[in-house]
Amino acid sequence: MGEIRLRGRPAAPGFARGPLVTLEARARRRLPNADPAQEASALRAALAAAAAQLVSLRSHTNGTGADILGFQLALLEDDALREPVLTRIAAGAAADEAWSAVLDAEIADYASAADEHFQARTADLKDLRDRVLACLSGDEDLPIAPGAVLAARDFPPSRFLSLDWSKGGAIILAGGSPTSHVAMLARARGVPMIVGLGISALALSGEALVDGRSGEAVIEASPETQRLFESRREVVTASDAEAAKLLDQPAVTRNGVRIAMHINIADPDELDRVDRATCDGIGLVRTELLFHRSADLSDEEAQYAAYRRIIAWAQGRPVTIRTLDAGGDKPIAGLTLDGESNPFLGVRGIRLSLLRPEIFRVQLRALARAAVHGCVKIMLPMVTVPGELAAARALLEQEVAALQNAGIAARRPPLGIMVEVPAAAIAVEAFDADFFSIGSNDLTQYVTAAGRDIAAVADLADPLNPAVLRLIANVARHGRLSGREVSLCGDAGGDPALVPALLGAGVRALSVAPAALAATKAAIAAIDVEEAGAAPLARLRSEADADG
Amino acid sequence: MKEQAMPNSALVASALLTNAVGLHARPSVKLTQLAKSFASHVELALHRDGPWVDAKSPVKIMRVKAPKGAMLYFRARGSDARAAIASLVALVDSRFDEDEHETGERAHG
Repeated sequence: MGEIRLRGRPAAPGFARGPLVTLEARARRRLPNADPAQEASALRAALAAAAAQLVSLRSHTNGTGADILGFQLALLEDDALREPVLTRIAAGAAADEAWSAVLDAEIADYASAADEHFQARTADLKDLRDRVLACLSGDEDLPIAPGAVLAARDFPPSRFLSLDWSKGGAIILAGGSPTSHVAMLARARGVPMIVGLGISALALSGEALVDGRSGEAVIEASPETQRLFESRREVVTASDAEAAKLLDQPAVTRNGVRIAMHINIADPDELDRVDRATCDGIGLVRTELLFHRSADLSDEEAQYAAYRRIIAWAQGRPVTIRTLDAGGDKPIAGLTLDGESNPFLGVRGIRLSLLRPEIFRVQLRALARAAVHGCVKIMLPMVTVPGELAAARALLEQEVAALQNAGIAARRPPLGIMVEVPAAAIAVEAFDADFFSIGSNDLTQYVTAAGRDIAAVADLADPLNPAVLRLIANVARHGRLSGREVSLCGDAGGDPALVPALLGAGVRALSVAPAALAATKAAIAAIDVEEAGAAPLARLRSEADADG
Repeated sequence: MKEQAMPNSALVASALLTNAVGLHARPSVKLTQLAKSFASHVELALHRDGPWVDAKSPVKIMRVKAPKGAMLYFRARGSDARAAIASLVALVDSRFDEDEHETGERAHG
């Protein structure tokens, strides 16, 4: 059997290597008593035992863990939860059935919440449900060897707290959420964790390598993959150590070349936890998450308020806001098209915005109004031909003029494009954009014809593929020659292992997740730009000479 | 805090929910624990007209799923109603004394 690669959402950074242990939800069987009074008494005993376990667990825990256990305890002791269970038991239900039915209804209610933080609380309720069921049936959790990589559908916080993590280990989940309590615990304890790997993760066995920062797990890795994993672990561990010192410093290469460091954000709330002094601005504001519901798309004031908040945070630093990039793997109900045979090659990004100009104009108006208050730039995603840029510019200019005619303060901000479609990367000089930002994720998947969401071809979707680097170098060179800013805002920019090649290709501005700022600065500080990636550049030069 | 007397001597006041993640696990526990420290019947709602839920029940408070930016209304009836309302509004105004770094944290990338 060859190695198997799984990719999910990073929930807690760090590296782990250990035997994969799959935690199946075991069917718990108990024989109910026919007498409702005895079932009620069994339930009360189980609730008391579960409460005692939580109190005991909490006494050995502090900080976030203690708070989570306190939350579970508060729910467990609430009559609002107990009374419907006792009512069902009085009507003849078995204690475990009645308890499960009431908790499952509560879980379904949380799961339907619009807010991911509330959805994530389903794990606490499941934890509570299973703890009481175990008390009812007298089950105990099987012991787990320290250092194991635990695979499960979801993972109860109390189980996390009862395990010994001092020997390493990691958690990989088929479902789950980075905002779950167990993910918060994992981050606090330094336990790598990946969520959303899909149920195929539960059918595997063997040794697992887990990279919680990239969200990748490899089962039964080949010797070459193991070597790469260990070297990446070394690089990241070393850069993490340097990182704390470098976070407040500007990003400078070993030979003194200043690299502009911007951050990528998807939600204004993220900025509450970022020190603006640690970056040169915001290189990518994803606006999809501002529009959870299609109704939000036409709410100009809400958009304007969100942009104002981001601009206020930046205090004059540049803020590059990307217009709605729905479609592909980011559907929005009521807006994106259903049933496309290949959504990544379909109506997404600027294609969708131009197809639905009434929605696009709302966003352009909100952006033009916000631009009065700071250094705003507008960036168009998925631009393929110059006509799309021209069409968007015309719409923007119309909206700016309309606002000004109506006496509303508005400004026409610089208008740039994402370079992520190979057609744009190859013929970049055909695009009269005010700036360019390379979207390395999509550029890589389109150049290599290897889908980001298909684990079996993940190896092929390599940003270090010479064809990808050559296109990046082409865009960077065009930026230098034409005096237009070029930045890179894909995941590759925040990956210390890839930074040398990107700078070698001529990129001098990166935009990364706030959590990746320090490690990226450390990677930059460790290289000379003439040395790093000299090979691809040399190849490009020799080809240019041959052409000439 | 605005406070006004209601018929049959219930007090009502409101406070804006400004902590990062809304009326969430830890805030709910703090709120219900504080509510339980008063003898009065204390209720919470997202609208002045209700529906009102028991502010002493964490299960019911969590069902409200009050998001950040929501206006919370408190209603109390009983001997210490005034103190109960004042304390609950102060708790919300103080953002539940939360260290917001972890509660509001999101994964990046």
